[in-house]
Amino acid sequence: MNNIIAAPMIIPILIGILLIFFRRFTLLQRWVSFGGMAASAFISIYILNQIQSQGIMRLDFGGWEPPFGILFVADSFSMLLVTTTSIVTAVCLLYGFSSIGEKREKMFFYSFVNFLVAGVNGSFLTGDLFNLYVNFEIMLLASYVLIAIGGEKRQFRESIKYVAINVLSSFFFLIAIAYLYGTLGTLNMAHISVRVAEVGQTPILTVIGVVFLLVFSLKAGLLLYYWLPGSYSAPPSMIAALFGALLTKVGIYAMFRVFTLIFYHEPEVTHTLIGVMAALTLIGGSLGAIAFKDIRQIVSYNVVIAVGFILVGLAVATPSAIEGAIYYLIHDMVVKALLFILAGMMMAVTGTAQINRMSGLIRNYPAFGWMFFIAMLALAGVPPLSGFIGKMLVGQGAVEAGSYILVALAFISSIFVLYSLLRVFLNCFWGETIIEVEEKVPMKKGWLISCALLTLMIFGLGLGAEALAGYVSSAANTLLNPEIYIDAVLND
Amino acid sequence: METLIIILTGVLVSVATYLILSKSVIRVILGTAILSHAAHLLIITMGGLKTGGVPILDNGHDTFTDALPQALILTSIVISFAVTAILLVLALRTYQELGTDNLEKLRGFYDE
Repeated sequence: MNNIIAAPMIIPILIGILLIFFRRFTLLQRWVSFGGMAASAFISIYILNQIQSQGIMRLDFGGWEPPFGILFVADSFSMLLVTTTSIVTAVCLLYGFSSIGEKREKMFFYSFVNFLVAGVNGSFLTGDLFNLYVNFEIMLLASYVLIAIGGEKRQFRESIKYVAINVLSSFFFLIAIAYLYGTLGTLNMAHISVRVAEVGQTPILTVIGVVFLLVFSLKAGLLLYYWLPGSYSAPPSMIAALFGALLTKVGIYAMFRVFTLIFYHEPEVTHTLIGVMAALTLIGGSLGAIAFKDIRQIVSYNVVIAVGFILVGLAVATPSAIEGAIYYLIHDMVVKALLFILAGMMMAVTGTAQINRMSGLIRNYPAFGWMFFIAMLALAGVPPLSGFIGKMLVGQGAVEAGSYILVALAFISSIFVLYSLLRVFLNCFWGETIIEVEEKVPMKKGWLISCALLTLMIFGLGLGAEALAGYVSSAANTLLNPEIYIDAVLND
Repeated sequence: METLIIILTGVLVSVATYLILSKSVIRVILGTAILSHAAHLLIITMGGLKTGGVPILDNGHDTFTDALPQALILTSIVISFAVTAILLVLALRTYQELGTDNLEKLRGFYDE
């Protein structure tokens, strides 16, 4: 049986519920959540390897055969993301142990992290469009709580806006589902794909596709990212790291799934629109990244740039571009978590978020400074770090497709990324040391361990790209040939 | 009947848009609640209103009403209920902490 593919969602949900009853036992909460994440990471890796040998796996809930019931579908693309989610969350938890604070830990913090991961993993795995909506809502409800947990003024101010914008986008999601159901009479993604291919992608279906694009781009921060920098800089850095690593990626995943599986017949309309939006996102994100002096805003705008970059891959949709986008997606989840954690550590040791008030940190904390430097190089795409192969393949794919404007914008944005982070590095790590030896805030062990693990992963993803190549090309193959996915779901 | 419900949906969406665009947090929350009702009505209309018998076999009917949209909106009503609840709590706490329910005053990036 394929029951195991539900495990990456079931384990966090069960642990989350269990931990509600052990509110006061923080030590137990910490290690049970960490253990759960580690377990679901191992299970995901196991499933990923199963998929390579026996093809796409699916689980029909309640024995209802598709297209009638709800089902989970695990292909290489979704399992790669599920695996990365579990690993990154586990490392973020390690950082959280020593940074989140007793007050939040006793307010069901770990339960909500588990629910968030359950929603994220569920969104990656589901094969049903309405179930995707439900999983989005699980993830969003957990994130509404996490953004406000702790109750600082700034958090409340941003959370109201964050919730309002997401309720609005959920409304559009429902509208799009309603129209699609009214037109095609099914919600199973593979079945929708078959029916769209049968009747041809008529203008009304293209319009529905654009409504979906609007929904997912609100969640992913593609062009409609104006809410993102505020919301991602309000919560404590560990939560911001989770948001930066996971939340936008779910929107990106949904966009990849919908526009490669369902609405792929009219690329002149939909994919051109995605390309234009990605280009504007790259421009806007680049301007934002260099415009501010607040470290939290700088890293938030770096999230926006990465979203634009990954969707360049979807917009051109050549095999190498899709492969590159998948590599970059995995890389970005790891490196954004690292970047937010590093930013949080900088704020913790200096007590300010303004980069012009920090200086000479590298003398006090050498390892910390060099890890920031490595993260910066990885984001800029310097080999042999993890960003390189993704950038190269996306660029190669875009050149093959003749989208020279997108190529230019994608690589100019890399320079802006490098510039914005180099500015942080020069301002905060170099220069005169302002922290005296006596005043030095001791670096906690958990901070350095979590950063070191993520830095090792950056090296691993860069140097071990060969080991990932099989999984990534299988994922890209499924995305580019929808019939593989449809075969696995509808006829076996 | 379908046309009537669709018009009603349109009215609800316009009312909700008006409320969401106002400055008071409570009005915005009411707006989001009405917006989700509009979406639910739209889903049930899109599935076709009553087109046959109860969707149970052995009932002497040849045509059946589609039961799926009802399952969908049931799920979605529960979710919107939860979201509205959390939004109300957030609004209350925001009001207690910041002393205002005016969205104009919640603008800006810095605490200071």
